[in-house]
Amino acid sequence: MSIVAGEGRGMRRIVLGGTAAWLALFTLAPFLIVLAISLVEARFGVPPYTPLFEWGEGLWPAFNGTIANYLTLASDPLYLEAFASSLRIAATAALITLIVAYPMAYAIARARPSARSGLLMLIILPFWTSFLIRVYAWMELLNANGLINVLLIKLGVITQPLALLNTEFAVHLGIVYSYLPFMVLPIYAVLERMDWTLLEAAEDLGAGPFRAFWRVTLPLSLPGIVAGWLLVFIPALGEFIIPDLLGGPGTLMLGRVLWTEFFSNHDWPLASALAVSLLTIVLMAAAFLYRLLQRGEAAS
Amino acid sequence: MDTPGGGAPPVIRIESVSKNFGAVPAVAGVSLDITRGDFFCLVGASGSGKTTLLRLIAGFERPERGRILIDGEDMTNRPPYARPVNMMFQSYALFPHLSVADNVGFGLVEERRPRAEIRDRVAAALELFDMAGLSARKPHQLSGGQRQRVALARALVKKPKILLLDEPLAALDKKLREKAQLELVALRERVGITFVMVTHDQEEAMSMASHIALMRDGALCQVGTPRQLYDEPQSRFAADFFGVANLFDEAEGRTVMVRPEQIAVSRERPQRANVLAAALTNTVFLGNAYVCHFALDGGKVVQARLSPADMAALGALATGERVHLSWEPAAARVLTS
Repeated sequence: MSIVAGEGRGMRRIVLGGTAAWLALFTLAPFLIVLAISLVEARFGVPPYTPLFEWGEGLWPAFNGTIANYLTLASDPLYLEAFASSLRIAATAALITLIVAYPMAYAIARARPSARSGLLMLIILPFWTSFLIRVYAWMELLNANGLINVLLIKLGVITQPLALLNTEFAVHLGIVYSYLPFMVLPIYAVLERMDWTLLEAAEDLGAGPFRAFWRVTLPLSLPGIVAGWLLVFIPALGEFIIPDLLGGPGTLMLGRVLWTEFFSNHDWPLASALAVSLLTIVLMAAAFLYRLLQRGEAAS
Repeated sequence: MDTPGGGAPPVIRIESVSKNFGAVPAVAGVSLDITRGDFFCLVGASGSGKTTLLRLIAGFERPERGRILIDGEDMTNRPPYARPVNMMFQSYALFPHLSVADNVGFGLVEERRPRAEIRDRVAAALELFDMAGLSARKPHQLSGGQRQRVALARALVKKPKILLLDEPLAALDKKLREKAQLELVALRERVGITFVMVTHDQEEAMSMASHIALMRDGALCQVGTPRQLYDEPQSRFAADFFGVANLFDEAEGRTVMVRPEQIAVSRERPQRANVLAAALTNTVFLGNAYVCHFALDGGKVVQARLSPADMAALGALATGERVHLSWEPAAARVLTS
């Protein structure tokens, strides 16, 4: 027994150690590099930024760090607007995703057990094709000569093609479409193990179907909602491809601003400061929602 | 008509109700009256339709045929939330995200009662079940017995006309269950409303019910008081379901039933109409009684239950010893099916 337990512990150490090493190498180290670059200034050359530490005469290297990039971000309305509109678009898109995903998750959870895996497969199926191709497909569907406009004109609903592509609407559509499974699956996971007798108990105690949903199903599915929200809101916040391909020039999102700073303006330090700020917002949002989730779990 | 009590109008009237699940009939043409203030037990094996009948009364199932009246009012098409009945679920179905007090107050909130009234009635209900100190707890912080009492308080706080209980004691261990049986009977007397309980346990039904409906294959097998069902079963099934029955096939397809405790054992041939010669095959001592198995000449096994006093009067019985089994004519019950 003790030998087996000892081996188990050794195995555990290897697995945990491997995970920790992986995270340190591929998450923490790059983050520290980005953080370091965000503290220096841009210049022409290779690399296109000044060094953070400079070896001079003394025993210790001189520290050349500055928070100037962060001050630029805080003072330039362009960046603040990008932050604000990213937060807004990610939040509304996540909300719409929730509204679309919840009934789907509910329907799958209440379907016959034999039908459930098939329905889940339908939710996951789009993931078998490339994300980029799916977003390109939406460009084709939404543009002025696209399927949607052509169909609506043929049906006589409209005479002039609607401006669907390059709008904030298209960005929302892209996010909802792309991230839907991330909302459906956690909500489904919670609903699937819910005890449906509780709904009968609520009805028995005088609650109609809507009241029973509001007072029992919804609070009990909160952990799934929070998890789904995290999985949609956070990637949507830093999303680049969707606003770049479907959004118009007016759609200001952090991912695009970051790309512009990095590749067009070659301002690596400013782009890094943007990335660090984005990460901070994401971590704060995640911590907040995680707290909410824990409270929900303590309740159930 | 299966009308226990008679006289007063029934609180529940079930009129030729049928319910199928797909092609399977769960309840088939059941008609039943339940008297106000009754402790009524629906008893039967699993799949007999007893739970479906309870759910039909609660409104969770709609019958394909027939009507269900409560207090003379047709409830057949009313949803569960508009019926004057409350149910205690087998799993208790306590809301895991709500405190004990919020669980109990759930139905009163749906009735849109004033906040102060809800608070007072919840407190009174919890007091009734000795749960006053636990009102802030969540269900997962309670023991099985405590959960059962919260479920009862939650169902009774709305003052329903009928309390439905679906195997209310099945989740309790044996010791707790016997205590809870007595408590439930006492509770019904205290609150005065009609209880309708589903159980698969014939002993539980016998010890708690004022009337019992025995169900089989979705139909009523027999309805009556526990004594009627035990002493005057109409069918082999009913005779076997409640206690042990010695069944003797007679001419013209008639069957006669004699309970083991009605059978007298003697060495001398007694002066009685019903006497059978038999040999003892074994004796089981139960503490308060002896259960003896005898083999008749044809090989048929008959069970007799003797008190320790009877056994002492008889003297030591050896296995294989030949004796006479007899019973009073009144103890024999002719079964019609």
